[in-house]
Amino acid sequence: MKTIIKYVSLDLLRNKTILIYTALLAVISISVLNMDNNASKGLLSLMNITLLFVPLISILFATIYFFNSIEFIELLLAQPIKRNKVLLAEYTGLVLSLCAAYAIGVGLPLLILTKQVAALVLLVNGLLLTLTFSGLALLIFVLCKDKTRGIGIAIVISLFFSLLFDGLLLTFIYSFSDYPIDKPIVGLVALNPIDLSRILMLLQLDVSVLMGYSGALFKKLLGSAAGSIYAVVCMMFWVTVPLLIATLKFRKKDL
Amino acid sequence: MIQINNLTKSYNRFKALDDINLGFDRGRAISLLGPNGSGKTTLIKSILGLVIPEKGTIKIDCNPVSSDCSYRSMIGYMPQIGRYPDNMTIEQVINMVKELRKDCTKYDDELIIGLGIDKIGNKTMRNLSGGTRQKVSACLAFLFSPEILILDEPTAGLDPVSSELLKEKIISELSKGKLVLMTSHVLSDLEGLTSHIVYLQDGKLMFYRSVEELQDVTGETKLNKVVARMMQYDLPIKNCVS
Repeated sequence: MKTIIKYVSLDLLRNKTILIYTALLAVISISVLNMDNNASKGLLSLMNITLLFVPLISILFATIYFFNSIEFIELLLAQPIKRNKVLLAEYTGLVLSLCAAYAIGVGLPLLILTKQVAALVLLVNGLLLTLTFSGLALLIFVLCKDKTRGIGIAIVISLFFSLLFDGLLLTFIYSFSDYPIDKPIVGLVALNPIDLSRILMLLQLDVSVLMGYSGALFKKLLGSAAGSIYAVVCMMFWVTVPLLIATLKFRKKDL
Repeated sequence: MIQINNLTKSYNRFKALDDINLGFDRGRAISLLGPNGSGKTTLIKSILGLVIPEKGTIKIDCNPVSSDCSYRSMIGYMPQIGRYPDNMTIEQVINMVKELRKDCTKYDDELIIGLGIDKIGNKTMRNLSGGTRQKVSACLAFLFSPEILILDEPTAGLDPVSSELLKEKIISELSKGKLVLMTSHVLSDLEGLTSHIVYLQDGKLMFYRSVEELQDVTGETKLNKVVARMMQYDLPIKNCVS
């Protein structure tokens, strides 16, 4: 398994898309953090950029990568290696390079230019989102036979979590505003990894009012420590559950 | 060596393999023939465990392939289309496979040298032509001197010199008592190479006979004519399975 991870990440670290992604993140981070003396504002902008781009790029790149590797995976499976090992090694190799891109592109500027705990939270958030959305891409790859359909589903999933979900949540909040729905909303938000990571950041930055209704709600409901732990635990589920389903389904997949 | 019983596989409503029963012994060079979509690749992939059959069993040396993946160390597989990670060099691909197969320390690099792959080891896979990728796949299939060679369209896309070299290699492996299972649409490529023919159509086994038997029945000597005759006439041998 280590061998596959090593060669997959060696291949991907020379991949042009990954290199451009790293450079782009670095340019954005440095310019955003230098724009204002208030580091919190910079962090907030960087958070929004992370929440928008990291899921989209992770899921799209990973889906395309997995579908393009199908022949390579066949070749590996023709060797005496277990199916799950091959799949997880491919996943690990991929997320290692995507995480490296994020760590270099956003993590390094953050470490150099800011001295806040929130910077660390943002870094962890970005990495967790990379893991989650690459895992979802793996699941799409395992469940779908067709590459084009897979890419379509990947785009729909990332748009759903970054745009549509919040809209639906707000509709829900407005429609049932006469009822005590605070707690169900906390539960509902756990269904969206992007919202979870937004909450994690907001609880650190103390700017929840800026983020509108759901942000304020969270500040009120979850306080800090308990809220953070809740969000992190939910995020861990988002990382592991798609992977688990993917490995289970992959046992029976026809290549 | 390979025993296939009642193998059935369908994709939605389409039956790719329909109740196939076959037995392959050592020393045989078996050609899987049939029109496009007749189930040749599905059969090969079922043996490799890449396709999970619905019904039936495949046993290699009496061990069912579904139980354990270790049997694959006996198989060298050359796929129809070889695609490798873009930025990997040929050398890295070969080294990776070697590292994955720690159980084997003796390598057969006759093809690597013969096909000139060792001289272009630092080229990345992205920059290779289809034929060169095919050569890399061939080298990997033969690298560990496996007992069973499964070659899916081995000569497709290869230049005549390389194609001949590969054929010679297959013949030399056959003389060592190995089992070779291959598909090809170019029947002239299989001439002088194949000992038995399996003919599949619409997922059904039409016949499995030795080349000599088929030549006797049809009265033809050339392989393509033999197969054409078998397809034209409903010869009594057609439904016999040995």
